[in-house]
Amino acid sequence: MIAAATTDAFLERAPVLLRDAVTGFLPEPWRTLVNALIAVGLILGIFGTLFAFITLAERKILGRVQNRPGPNRAPIPFINKRFFGLSQPFADGVKSLTKEDIVPRDADKVLHYLAPVALLAFSILTFAVIPYGRNLVPVELDAAVLYFFAAGAATELAVFMAGWASRNKYSLLAAMRALAQLISYELPLLLSWVPVVLIAGTLSTTAIVDAQAGWKFGFIPHWHVFTPWGFAGFVIFMVAALAESNRSPFDTPEAESELIAGHLTEYSGFKYALFFMAEYFGMLALSGMAITLFLGGWRSPLPFLEFIPSYLWFGGKLLALIFGFIWIRATFPRLRIDQLTRFAWKFLVPLALINLGNTIVWSLMSNSSALMQLARWPVCAAIILVPFVVLGRKLSAGVAPRIYRYA
Amino acid sequence: MLGSGLIQGLAVTAKNLVGSFHDPARYTNVEYPEVKTKLPEAYRNFPFLVTESASDPMGTLRCVACQICEKECPPQCIYIEKSKDKKPDATGKMQLFPAVFDIDTSVCMSCQICVEVCPFDAIKMDQVFEVATTSRFEALLLNRNQLAKPNTYYHSIHPTEAAEVDGRLAAERKAAEEKAKAAAAAKAAAAAAPKSATAAASATPPSTTPTPKPPAAPSAEAPKPPTPAA
Ligand code: SF4
Ligand code: SF4
Repeated sequence: MIAAATTDAFLERAPVLLRDAVTGFLPEPWRTLVNALIAVGLILGIFGTLFAFITLAERKILGRVQNRPGPNRAPIPFINKRFFGLSQPFADGVKSLTKEDIVPRDADKVLHYLAPVALLAFSILTFAVIPYGRNLVPVELDAAVLYFFAAGAATELAVFMAGWASRNKYSLLAAMRALAQLISYELPLLLSWVPVVLIAGTLSTTAIVDAQAGWKFGFIPHWHVFTPWGFAGFVIFMVAALAESNRSPFDTPEAESELIAGHLTEYSGFKYALFFMAEYFGMLALSGMAITLFLGGWRSPLPFLEFIPSYLWFGGKLLALIFGFIWIRATFPRLRIDQLTRFAWKFLVPLALINLGNTIVWSLMSNSSALMQLARWPVCAAIILVPFVVLGRKLSAGVAPRIYRYA
Repeated sequence: MLGSGLIQGLAVTAKNLVGSFHDPARYTNVEYPEVKTKLPEAYRNFPFLVTESASDPMGTLRCVACQICEKECPPQCIYIEKSKDKKPDATGKMQLFPAVFDIDTSVCMSCQICVEVCPFDAIKMDQVFEVATTSRFEALLLNRNQLAKPNTYYHSIHPTEAAEVDGRLAAERKAAEEKAKAAAAAKAAAAAAPKSATAAASATPPSTTPTPKPPAAPSAEAPKPPTPAA
């Protein structure tokens, strides 16, 4: 069996072997504890570094899209070589650490301090249930997906906390607006992954990844994204994820060029950096979840590529999705708040509901004859495509395409 | 269909992203402090003093300290002190020279009026733009040593204009020489006719005044007191 061989491959098992070599001699209760601590440390270390370099990559890619080099001047200290500005994130870190931390006189000191910490804590919590590779999931939970979105939704609390604690009416208004956006997009986000749970029949992330194992005809992976309902769900999920992580084109909560950073107005120095970090962590976690739910988790796309360890596949997919986020940011202009909520309630939510029905049709047709097996593809594709076109026509009637007469 | 515009937009940015790596028409950046673009010839700011030779800038200043530019400069940022003695100028004639020639670049507005009025082509516009200094007063007040730059430098920044100036100066020098020769010949002839003994005294050529160049003529001939900047 190829599968058995790859499961036993040394690289595949290397992380677990390494951990056991370190903690193997400890007595049982301590061993579990230390293992958990190692997992936490690894997640913080890896995702912290990833965050630092994603900010650099984002600025570089945005620069290239705008035909300029991006940050490339920060030198490596002491040797004074630039290496394309690779040390820029550290320079930024030092800068935000040494900046003055200004707390408004009338602000609620405790909440003002707590908001960035809470935001960061909740977004780190979501990392716990993502399977990063074969046998590499920090916490095995039966209701992992539910836990993930519960922890993710709690970040909204921190956003409002920040706006409220600042005692600044603009911050408060912006926080309320941010809440309106986040709650609006919470619904399509949740509805978009329900089909996956329906099909896989489980809420555990490991089991969902296992449900996507294998290849049809030996080369089409059984990933959920390669089904009509899965593709629609993936697109809705990613659009909602863009909005949930305050990314362009849904970055109205911050809107640097129009507002004074919205609910972050009264934050400076390292607290601001924490918000920034939490935003990227949220983006990374949602991408990780999208991979787990729709893109086959850590599974390789083709059988003969299985020799590459699973965690590298996960990392590659994660970077690809992050690149997508950056690409989208480089392309689209920001939406207005009313356009944004209208898009969620009138377009994404109905489509997500239809997609739920679509999935039921798909699973009902899967148990019958071979003809039905074949027929469900066009049927399910039509069930989601027709509403998409009709809804799109109806919503954009009289609005688009806009003709710029004086531009 | 809804979304087709989004895909078009994504294609545009992707083209730019890829194109910036191989297409010099898209990626036109110059990494400034290390690499500099060639400034257009017409670019000009801050005046400098032209010298004939790079090795002896103070000895070959074209400026004759006539102080026309000092009087014409609208914000009055030129300060000149005439020398006590004379030295030969570009055409070999004995002229005064500026013992002190200062331009306060914190005041100069690069209007080029000093260049327009100078009858001796002694002051021209420079192409410097990195003029940041660490002190507000001394470093911004340029003296004649800092202002003097050789004619070759002038050729390198404004080649067309410099060639035209050089041609005119050469023509003037030639005309002056011919005039002197003709005058000498006339004198000699006149002296030969009456066979006067005084002929020997006028063997030296009569001095010629440099002809002012046309655009600067009015102010060069009648230096007015500085008018308040309108
Ligand atoms: S006008 Fe020309 S020659 Fe006269 S002082 Fe000014 S620079 Fe010198
Ligand atoms: S450029 Fe204008 S302001 Fe500057 S020194 Fe010449 S006349 Fe004065």
